[in-house]
Amino acid sequence: MPSFDVDDKAAGRDPTETSSPQSQSSVVHQFDESIQTSSSPSTERGFDLDRFEFPDDDELAELETSTSTERPRTRAAATPVAIAAPLPISSPSNGFDANDMPVFYQRLMPFKEIFNWLNHFPSPTPSFTNREIAFTLQNDAYLRYQAFPTYDAFKKEVVRLLPSRFEIGPVYSANPRDRKILRKAAFRPLEKELVFDIDMTDYDEIRTCCQGTKICSKCWTFITVAIKVMDVTLREDFGYEHILWVYSGRRGAHAWVCDKRARVLDDSKRRAIASYFEVLKGGALSSKKVNLRRPLHPFIARSLNILRDSFKQAILIDQDPWRSQKGAEKLLALLPDRELNDELRKKWEMYPEEPSLQKWADIDTLAEQGVSSTLDTKLLMEAKQDIILEYLYPRLDAEVSKHLNHLLKSPFCVHPGTGRVCVPINGVRPETFDPLDVPTVGQLSAEINEWDSIHKASETPDKEKLADFEKTSLKPYVEYFHRFVSNLTKEEMRQKRQRGVEAGESLDF
Amino acid sequence: MFRTQKKRALERTTFGQEVEREQAYPDRLNMYLTPPLSEITIDQFEEWAVDRLRVLGEIESCMFRNRNIRQVEQSVRPLLEKYLPLSPNSTNSRGNKDNQLEEERKKDHYSHFILRLAFCRSEELRHRFVKAESLLFRLRYTAADAAEQQTLLSKHDFGWTPVSEDEKQTLFDKFSFATETLTAPTDKMIAAENYFKVPFERVTELIESRRVYLSKGVAYVPSSLQLSLVLTEFSDKLERMLEITARALPRLDEDDRLVPILNHLSKGFVASEYNPDINSGVLGGGVTAAQVDSLVEHMPLCMRTMHQALRRDHHLRYHGRQQYGLFLKGIGLSVEEALIFWRNSFSNMVEDKFQKEYRYNIRHNYGLEGSRKNYKPLGCQQILSDAAPGPIDHHGCPYRYFSEDNLVASLEGMGVRDASTLRSVKEDVRTKQYHVACTRVFEITHKSLHGVKSLIGTGVGMESITHPNLYFDRSIQMAKEAQKIEQASDDNSVTAAAAVA
Repeated sequence: MPSFDVDDKAAGRDPTETSSPQSQSSVVHQFDESIQTSSSPSTERGFDLDRFEFPDDDELAELETSTSTERPRTRAAATPVAIAAPLPISSPSNGFDANDMPVFYQRLMPFKEIFNWLNHFPSPTPSFTNREIAFTLQNDAYLRYQAFPTYDAFKKEVVRLLPSRFEIGPVYSANPRDRKILRKAAFRPLEKELVFDIDMTDYDEIRTCCQGTKICSKCWTFITVAIKVMDVTLREDFGYEHILWVYSGRRGAHAWVCDKRARVLDDSKRRAIASYFEVLKGGALSSKKVNLRRPLHPFIARSLNILRDSFKQAILIDQDPWRSQKGAEKLLALLPDRELNDELRKKWEMYPEEPSLQKWADIDTLAEQGVSSTLDTKLLMEAKQDIILEYLYPRLDAEVSKHLNHLLKSPFCVHPGTGRVCVPINGVRPETFDPLDVPTVGQLSAEINEWDSIHKASETPDKEKLADFEKTSLKPYVEYFHRFVSNLTKEEMRQKRQRGVEAGESLDF
Repeated sequence: MFRTQKKRALERTTFGQEVEREQAYPDRLNMYLTPPLSEITIDQFEEWAVDRLRVLGEIESCMFRNRNIRQVEQSVRPLLEKYLPLSPNSTNSRGNKDNQLEEERKKDHYSHFILRLAFCRSEELRHRFVKAESLLFRLRYTAADAAEQQTLLSKHDFGWTPVSEDEKQTLFDKFSFATETLTAPTDKMIAAENYFKVPFERVTELIESRRVYLSKGVAYVPSSLQLSLVLTEFSDKLERMLEITARALPRLDEDDRLVPILNHLSKGFVASEYNPDINSGVLGGGVTAAQVDSLVEHMPLCMRTMHQALRRDHHLRYHGRQQYGLFLKGIGLSVEEALIFWRNSFSNMVEDKFQKEYRYNIRHNYGLEGSRKNYKPLGCQQILSDAAPGPIDHHGCPYRYFSEDNLVASLEGMGVRDASTLRSVKEDVRTKQYHVACTRVFEITHKSLHGVKSLIGTGVGMESITHPNLYFDRSIQMAKEAQKIEQASDDNSVTAAAAVA
């Protein structure tokens, strides 16, 4: 155990703290998932040493250590991300310059917007004041159950502590800081945004372009496609409107569904929604992970149509997973007809290293030539649909979505490994987002200095002063977030007014 | 609501002075929305509750055995007839005793509310009670005739909006899809079906399994799936009311007649799930880390799979560690030994990392950290319903998640080569009877222990596998038996040899 220099960390073990054993375990599970892989080099599944070195540690909670220490080796094995934006490294234990963080928190982090986003009202309401915020400090201490009366107090504390990141939890029935003096029943989580987590780790099994913590535009397509499918479904099927997509800082994305109706869902309803989305099932030893009956549910049919558009480029050309003999066997294992498979195998043995695009086409060509007497064309078509789903359908970390009291990293935090800011992604046009374009905290602090040094002399006192973020490449992201929040607040006020009218009360806070 | 009613019932000491008007029970199906108001005797109070408990107990034990609904119905029906009969309205007209219907329904009504008092006190009890009561309600609802079902539906406002014929026409093609359990309805069936619009939050069960069409937050539920709607409504309401009762309960404490009965009742509802002896395990003296490898042959397939994965990868992911770790706890691995076991198993890991990131979790499972809950080994039911394994996981039930080829290969690895057994196992898997498959595998792999009668089997009246630790414990017990017999026969032959000499 690391030193308990922060008392709350020890308090985090108190029985009254753990909201439920179930949630605790799942939460710890999140953490473990991210670290276990980094600890198991060269397993039979072919993990190499650099693989998974950096957990995409977005959703860890309730634990005493963060994962950013104890892997100096990984820093040497620089990822393309790190190369693209070399970070000034002040200490080997964290990946960002200690001087950049104060500037970032002081001048760039949009605290006011984050407050508005969580609060849904101009003046502080319990939606913010009873909201749990958890800090991960730079010494890896984990500080849970923080809550703040105003955004100012929130900002002040962040600037004082300079956490490497902070997470957002549920709104409780009372102030989380008072939890120890409350009866157990009086302190329970009431609401939180419905959240989803898509992480590249889950795609490693089918990803061929990069390994481990690396990403490129080819594999980012997995995330882009996932966002498309999820966003449409959340809107069309569930009727949600306020969906915020956020880059996780390395190689994943989070969704925050902020509609009132989503925030009040209890665990069992969250679980139901998570399983609605679950199409890929089965563990390492189940050969076929998509098992759907026909005709398809309208939601799957629509998702399949979206995926089909990207399949050729993203999988057949970019990933090219079946080029090798071993890869080809993987494809054959997913096809239903033995005679056809034999013919395909013969053909591919003659032309080894034939690209996946050709192999995919071969299936239909040979099928049409009638090489198999047992072929059921309908089954074959369905198998091909299943393959598209298996390779492109969103792979969600469902546990994150299932619990009301699961904490998730706040938007606009800095990823401790990459230094990149967790900026919003436009969920309607995710293809316009490039993770390699996202500014790093080092870059931002350089930009702000540059702007200041240019404008110092020429600045006139009567000229309208720019907000600091407007001097940097963070600007479009903050503006997007601002628009999102103001739409949400407007909707929220409208609903409140309506409820007030219905209840015959005036609105006063 | 509940409190005032109880208070009135409790404070009154003289009977019959201002007898509440008897509640009439025009219907057989009861959603138990209004508490009973009239007097009953203490004896009735206890007797009725115990009778209902017998029924619920049987239901729960069926659930632990992974019985399907028809099997549950078969084993519960005799108990229901004996302890908690509910006759249809038609019985009355045939000239039965006037009061019989009224009495049966009264008993049903009262016993339900008495048990609410007994089972509202902890989250676990509430959860089990809701589960068992909901299943009982389901049995009764399905057994009722259409008219009775209709009466129930019309009496309670479930907030369903019927889908108009026009809207149905425009959505026609959206209704034709298959689900995991049902084939797609034909056009003819859709045309004949009535659909209802419901906010999706109220039919989570149908959303979870994608059994209904969903648009803009509204679920389109065919009347054939109404049962699920009614059941959700039933269990949701019951759950809420139990919580209210739980909060009101402390104020009942002044009564010294009811509380002991209630305490006694809640103890009577013992979980019939297999409960291994954690302290010493079936082996008596506990198990050491070094012994685990030699015990693998007694483990069910799920645990073997994880053990092999652990030995191969020198790691096991979170859910695997939970499932396997708690199983090992169940066979008698102490926390000290567990720490040694996992430390040695993760041979590629640096000490510091293990201490920091894994030690806590292991100790947590033994109730030494955090909420200090002493976790029990997971049963089959839980393993089947908990987190499904992801693409690189090894936990879960192999009968459910392995592809057929991999399953057969694994079973052959356990020494199951007999073609007819493999065929039966595959058939069990196809019909989702995973515990039967596992039981069958136990039976065949323990056949060779000549002279020892198998404790587990698929035959009538034999115990079936409902818990991985049950598999292990029985396997060990049989091995001990066999050893004894062998020794005895050795002794015999020695004496025989001596006699010859």
